[in-house]
Amino acid sequence: MNSQQLAKSVRKHVVQMTSAGGSSHVGSALSIADLLAVLYTTMNVYPDDPSNSKRDRFILSKGHAGAAVYAVLAESGFFPVEWLKTHYQDGSLLSGHVSHKGIPGVEFSTGSLGHGLSVAAGMSLAAKRKNETFQTYAVLSDGELDEGSNWEAILFAAHHKLANLTAIVDYNKLQSLRSTELTLALEPLVDKLQAFGWQVIEMDGHDHEDIKKSLAADSGEKPKFLVAHTTKGKGVSFMENEVLWHYRSADKVELALALEELGE
Amino acid sequence: MRDAFIDCLVELAEVRDDVFLITGDLGFGVLDEYAERFPGQYLNVGVAEQNMTGVAAGLALEGFRVFTYSIANFTTLRCLEQIRNDVCYHDASVTVVSVGGGFGYGALGMSHHATEDLSIMRAMPQIKIMVPGDDYETVESTKYLAEQTGPSYLRLERGSVKLAAVEESNFNYGKARLLRPGSSLTVFCSGGLTEIAVEVADKLLKLDITLRVHSVSALKVMDVQAIRDAAEQTHGIITLEENTLLGGLGSAIAEVCMDEGIAPKTFKRLGLGDTFSSVVGSQDYLRHFYGIGAASLEKTVTTILGGVK
Repeated sequence: MNSQQLAKSVRKHVVQMTSAGGSSHVGSALSIADLLAVLYTTMNVYPDDPSNSKRDRFILSKGHAGAAVYAVLAESGFFPVEWLKTHYQDGSLLSGHVSHKGIPGVEFSTGSLGHGLSVAAGMSLAAKRKNETFQTYAVLSDGELDEGSNWEAILFAAHHKLANLTAIVDYNKLQSLRSTELTLALEPLVDKLQAFGWQVIEMDGHDHEDIKKSLAADSGEKPKFLVAHTTKGKGVSFMENEVLWHYRSADKVELALALEELGE
Repeated sequence: MRDAFIDCLVELAEVRDDVFLITGDLGFGVLDEYAERFPGQYLNVGVAEQNMTGVAAGLALEGFRVFTYSIANFTTLRCLEQIRNDVCYHDASVTVVSVGGGFGYGALGMSHHATEDLSIMRAMPQIKIMVPGDDYETVESTKYLAEQTGPSYLRLERGSVKLAAVEESNFNYGKARLLRPGSSLTVFCSGGLTEIAVEVADKLLKLDITLRVHSVSALKVMDVQAIRDAAEQTHGIITLEENTLLGGLGSAIAEVCMDEGIAPKTFKRLGLGDTFSSVVGSQDYLRHFYGIGAASLEKTVTTILGGVK
């Protein structure tokens, strides 16, 4: 499956899972579908041996978009696609915020924002100290950058020249209640990250070729921050750029409309 | 205890390349040897405890046996959610080390008094908690925890604690170590307050009072038999802790009594009330001021035994 097909599958799963579970954050999950699809067709992953020591490490720090990770893992062969139907259901392991317990391929559990980048930095440092070659990736939300702990990690990764670490911010510019700029302004974000000592690359977070090129770019001795310009709710017209879909899930009619738009 | 811990960690690092020490920019003069000899297993993350704990989790999940180090509440309360979510939920092999438990940094003020950490950490799932009562227990606790996988918390006195006339070969995780035999009353204590309990026990011998004193170094695993024996063989139980009474050692022992149907003849908890320690001073001064010093313990013992008689 190529990355475009994978992204499409992830989107379909995400709207179905969140609709069936009546769960929030469908917009957040759709926002990163392309990022995940490119990552999981680019990273070294071993669906039949998920903890293979050579695997690249991936942490979804914006754990509320966990449905998208479960979907990409299932479609990549880590566990049966059937499991996705249990998302958000009584007794399920597939919680709304991503959890590693009993779920092959999930590197790290998150949900409270501002945790993932520090852990990813620790993994990157471990690789450096042990001369291991795996890469570590962390996907953060833009609203998540309000958390001060991220800036501790941003200082840390640059100081220790963690060139094996790539952070990606899903910059859809909408957070919990309204825009990032009206909530707690991030701009000029690129300048800030550069000033902290990272190699910063802006990209279209829905353009697979742009994402691939940015992931492959050499950052020298610096850690790499990819600022992914994205659209919250991408792929379903009535969900795009609407903060409502941070909370709502599709009812039956809306689900049918969404799946039709996504090509089913 | 701090120096005993660091010396022990140096010995561990000499034979184990997975031992990893992270400091949050504290440890002036005491971490130098470790840092110089084991630069690949050492890190000063700066004054950033949330990141320290997250990084520690990442390193631990990649195979390092990590110790995070700072004073008082900085390794615990400042980064509590990182301990809960990143370390404990992932069963990461990280030992959180706090130096200056209780009033160890007494004159520095409330921010530096670690007086709720034990209660809060006790509520944390899957973490082992160790509060050594002397330098010997510090070394044994450090060696024990280094062999364990998963999360742990080690609360240390800032200074050295060496107890007179005490056996130093009977450490056993989860067992209340006997520091003084006796049949009048039993004192269960944690941390450096062992010094006070032993001092009072020795003093009261003149009054024909024999105080049984146990050091409880493991706060998650209670020694039920020692508690049962104390209830059956002595006139009651006193608990002594440099921590709030809300959820610490005294609470843990009271819970065992209720759960196990153990009924001590008398039961008294000595610890800090539901208040902040806004008064400053030396550790000895503050222990006395807040009712966990030698005079308070002695008075508690004589009052209880006066009632018994």
